[in-house]
Amino acid sequence: MGIDLGTTNSLVAYMDSVRPKIITDADGEKIVPSVVAMTPEGELTAGRPAADLLLSRPERAVYSVKRLMGKGIGDVTEELKLFPFQVVEGSESVIRIRLGDRILTPPEISAQVLRRLKLNAEGHFGQPITKAVITVPAYFNDAQRQATKDAGRIAGLDVLRLVNEPTAASLAYGLDKRKQGIVAVYDLGGGTFDISILKLHDGIFEVLATNGDTHLGGDDIDNLLIHIALEDVATEWGEDISRDAVGVQHLRRAVIEAKHALSTEPEALLRFSYRGKQYNRHIDRPLFEKLIAGIIERTLEPCRQAVLDAKIEVRHIDEVVLVGGSTRIPLVRETVQVMFQKKPHAELNPEEVVALGAAVQAGILAGVQQDMLLLDVTPLSLGIETMGGVVSKLIHRNSTIPASATEVFTTGVDGQKNVLIHVVQGEREMTGDCRSLARFDLKDIPPMPAGMPRIEVRFLIDANGILNVTARDVRSGKEQSVEVKPSYGLTDEQVEAMITESIDQAEADFRQRQVVEARLEADAILAATEKAMDHDAWFEISEEERAAIKTALNELRMAYYADDHLLIRSQVEKLNQATFHLAELMMDTAVRSALQGKDIREVG
Amino acid sequence: MLTQIGQTVTCWNCGKSPEEVHFCSHCESLQPPTTDYFEYFGLPRKLQIDLGALEQSFYRLSRRLHPDVYFRRPERERQLAVDATAWLNDAYRTLKDPVARGEYLLDLYGMKKSEQKSSNVPPELLEEVFDLNMALEEIRTGDDSVRPQLIEAKAKFENLLEEVDHSLEAGFGEWDRTESRDALEKIYSVLNRRNYIRNLLRDVNAELV
Repeated sequence: MGIDLGTTNSLVAYMDSVRPKIITDADGEKIVPSVVAMTPEGELTAGRPAADLLLSRPERAVYSVKRLMGKGIGDVTEELKLFPFQVVEGSESVIRIRLGDRILTPPEISAQVLRRLKLNAEGHFGQPITKAVITVPAYFNDAQRQATKDAGRIAGLDVLRLVNEPTAASLAYGLDKRKQGIVAVYDLGGGTFDISILKLHDGIFEVLATNGDTHLGGDDIDNLLIHIALEDVATEWGEDISRDAVGVQHLRRAVIEAKHALSTEPEALLRFSYRGKQYNRHIDRPLFEKLIAGIIERTLEPCRQAVLDAKIEVRHIDEVVLVGGSTRIPLVRETVQVMFQKKPHAELNPEEVVALGAAVQAGILAGVQQDMLLLDVTPLSLGIETMGGVVSKLIHRNSTIPASATEVFTTGVDGQKNVLIHVVQGEREMTGDCRSLARFDLKDIPPMPAGMPRIEVRFLIDANGILNVTARDVRSGKEQSVEVKPSYGLTDEQVEAMITESIDQAEADFRQRQVVEARLEADAILAATEKAMDHDAWFEISEEERAAIKTALNELRMAYYADDHLLIRSQVEKLNQATFHLAELMMDTAVRSALQGKDIREVG
Repeated sequence: MLTQIGQTVTCWNCGKSPEEVHFCSHCESLQPPTTDYFEYFGLPRKLQIDLGALEQSFYRLSRRLHPDVYFRRPERERQLAVDATAWLNDAYRTLKDPVARGEYLLDLYGMKKSEQKSSNVPPELLEEVFDLNMALEEIRTGDDSVRPQLIEAKAKFENLLEEVDHSLEAGFGEWDRTESRDALEKIYSVLNRRNYIRNLLRDVNAELV
């Protein structure tokens, strides 16, 4: 399956022989809100129920957690002012959030959303699903990608591949027609912005360049409008509710409704009532556009840079594709049209196209889509810290992945046994201005005079955009041990522990669902049998048969409340057997032939 | 980077000599990359390259080597596909860009790109570089009066860069005809000059923005 793990909403899709399709939940809903909450019973829940809890008990819910993936507390101080989350101590390299009585990291919280999607897919197929392609913003760095992969593992998924969201979207678009030429994908979602420029050629999707901002999206528009509304409310009501989490969440929902309305209507009413007070405000489109212009403007510089990096000119772009819910805003469409001098495409639902593309990539990996091949790039340059904190770039941004670079390291002091390599990601010259990725410790170097050891280190960015480092001693040819100390994110041990914990939960989830399904079957046969006991046929069967039915009925009623689906199922089957003759008799002779082979549930 | 090159190789799968670059000619299994970038693309060591043909080769090889194609194969082959594709991608990136291509060829002949030092200032530019550095100092301390001078310098160095690119093209042609040490030396000095001018331009642009 293919999963779009979004900031605001998430979706899951699969390949239906030739075409990707979105999987709906039991209620027929496609979209799973990326919200996780702790129920009053102390259980974690994700999706719609969690989104409802966010309104009534915001202190027990987390949303937009994607913005915190692969981050430390220092990265998000500003952001956290707007979120009602309780961040606990020890969040320097991984943010830890208190949710009810538990303390969770962003990958664990995202894993809950993934688990919800997994359950929806399992409900759809009626069997366990363990493999998935998950999408990430193209501009995600290594730590953010690793965190997403961790989330998948914690949710019990074998993450086959991380695919960049705009690239996934292009796969969904490219599927329809044998498209050729240069395509720009403009992806403005809930929390992130990506621009990718691709060259399509006979089923090959070659990304030429990508750029973006992992901190720019619909959330920013919401926060801006909330901020303004809070000031208005303070003036009108004489009361500052900005610290009232429940109030702010209700206002958030009202603001989002108004924002959505403004995409189709020239004017919207922001209607907010809270604790018996009312705040209404008309917003017309010109005002809305004036307010958000600055945010939309911020998408343009990444677009220009991507065009430059792709070594093309705007006029070479044949098509522009819109992705992400925020591209429904008319001003966004106008801005894109001006920037690319072309009317953008939006035939596919911009909220679904990424999940559909993820399913296509899953199909490629499964060998179903053999003619298609995706050649993606790394969004950020990879470098190592050298003397004086200067970055030496090893792999440049927009290099096609997998990409590799090799460097030979040596010691500076006689007998030195360790060499520490600091790897960073980013475009700036100084280490301090780039994103620290990890420190790699070359250990157990044989003692030699300074400068003599020769350790060849290979940096490989894999097809997921994640860095792998291996090293070997050039003299002996032996593999050199490397210890990885990630600057942000979880260690492998931490992820393993979380997986163990989650396997228990996943098994419980699966068992629970099987019990629910078995009970539904039991409900059906119990109701049918009870009804049949009033039927004339009940007195036509023998005393022994009636006794056997009553016994089977009681046994099923007792099994019903056991959390054991196998027991329930076997009792359902017993009752089915016991009522077989009764069911036959109940059939009217005239319709008997038509109903042959039916059981009691169908003739009652 | 090229430590694997020149070693005698045997196929990891059947133990025979694979004889071909990408796949063993006996058992058809994927081989780890052991050639230089030119040979990996089946090209002679020439510097004037048909970019259209290079792109076609890149697509064709990608379809055969990419990890996606090996996704359902054993772990060992999957890893080989990652290594082969990384090599292919690195090779394509290097060969499609004239400067990187020239530097790579020099590297193959043991002529490493020199680090930029002040001693490397092309002699005919010494005076102008000196003036330019003065102007850069001044604008950094807030003296905007030198701006016109910087704009003028920018235009001049952009012209120089274009001239250098022509010389580079000429050097490439010479190498392709003669494969001589002289040609390599020429390319080496042109690339150094180019590198120098480009760094200067970057400094000027940074101040003018």
